[in-house]
Amino acid sequence: MALKRPEPVQIVKQRRDAALNAIVHGVPYVQFLGIEFDRRGDELTAVMPFEDKLIGNPMIPALHGGAIAGFLEVTAVIGLAWSVLWEELESGVIAIDDLASGTLPRQPKTIDFNVDYLRSGLPRDSYARARVNRSGRRYASVHVEAWQDQRSRLFAQATGHFLMPPRSNG
Amino acid sequence: MDTAKIKMAEQFISMVPHCKALGMKLTSIEDGVAEMELAYDKALVGDPETGVIHGGAISALMDTCCGTAAMSHPSSPAGTATIDLRIDYMRAATPGQAVRTRAECYHITRSVAFVRATAFDEDKDRPVATASGAFTVEGK
Repeated sequence: MALKRPEPVQIVKQRRDAALNAIVHGVPYVQFLGIEFDRRGDELTAVMPFEDKLIGNPMIPALHGGAIAGFLEVTAVIGLAWSVLWEELESGVIAIDDLASGTLPRQPKTIDFNVDYLRSGLPRDSYARARVNRSGRRYASVHVEAWQDQRSRLFAQATGHFLMPPRSNG
Repeated sequence: MDTAKIKMAEQFISMVPHCKALGMKLTSIEDGVAEMELAYDKALVGDPETGVIHGGAISALMDTCCGTAAMSHPSSPAGTATIDLRIDYMRAATPGQAVRTRAECYHITRSVAFVRATAFDEDKDRPVATASGAFTVEGK
């Protein structure tokens, strides 16, 4: 049997970036916080560039706890949605044309979200990565870590539980 | 609670850039209890298909309200910072309606304030979310 020729790298990248774009840029609150996602293969890093409107304590100044919680929750929800979408996209259950035409897969819903504030958020860009610890048919558990200058010095972390949307293929 | 402290709290919140950006309002404050409101805003939507506000915006509201309750407690000398905050989402807030939250600092030590909060939309019988958290007690 002849081996199937791998797709050209540009086609693969275009498809994956379009899929990510569809789940990130359609959400007003993600735009409000100015969050972008940096993709390397299936790994996502959320980036929240510093802006004055994210400040919670003008004296220090420090990022608002709510902005940090929002950043972590966005990272968790998008990270979880992305991990599901990745599987469906790679296996061909969902075609990229479906996403382009606006039929977005339903998002996971947050059941609970627990944030630890480890140190104050400085007026700098923030980064976060989500790790899906368990993703079942109905429920998922996701851990998120956020840092600023140094990857090993987290300024916040969170764990959340999510209700999964019904799958497209039964 | 004396009027000077109330004024100070109102001013403090109106000066916080993130609260201003979200459009948060302090509606009531007493010793260890605070109430705040977040008007519905399309810019805060988390699910474009339904128009439901993102959980993160509700988190910001509850975090601010809990922090304000901690600071308004008679035993709290000055500022505060969140140590941890847990939010449970009972249901989606109805699109188009404001979200109101009430936070109560139910215990405070020399270093930690314990706070809980509940959020509602116009339906007062079914909470949208509840929160509980620990906050630092900062010296003067």
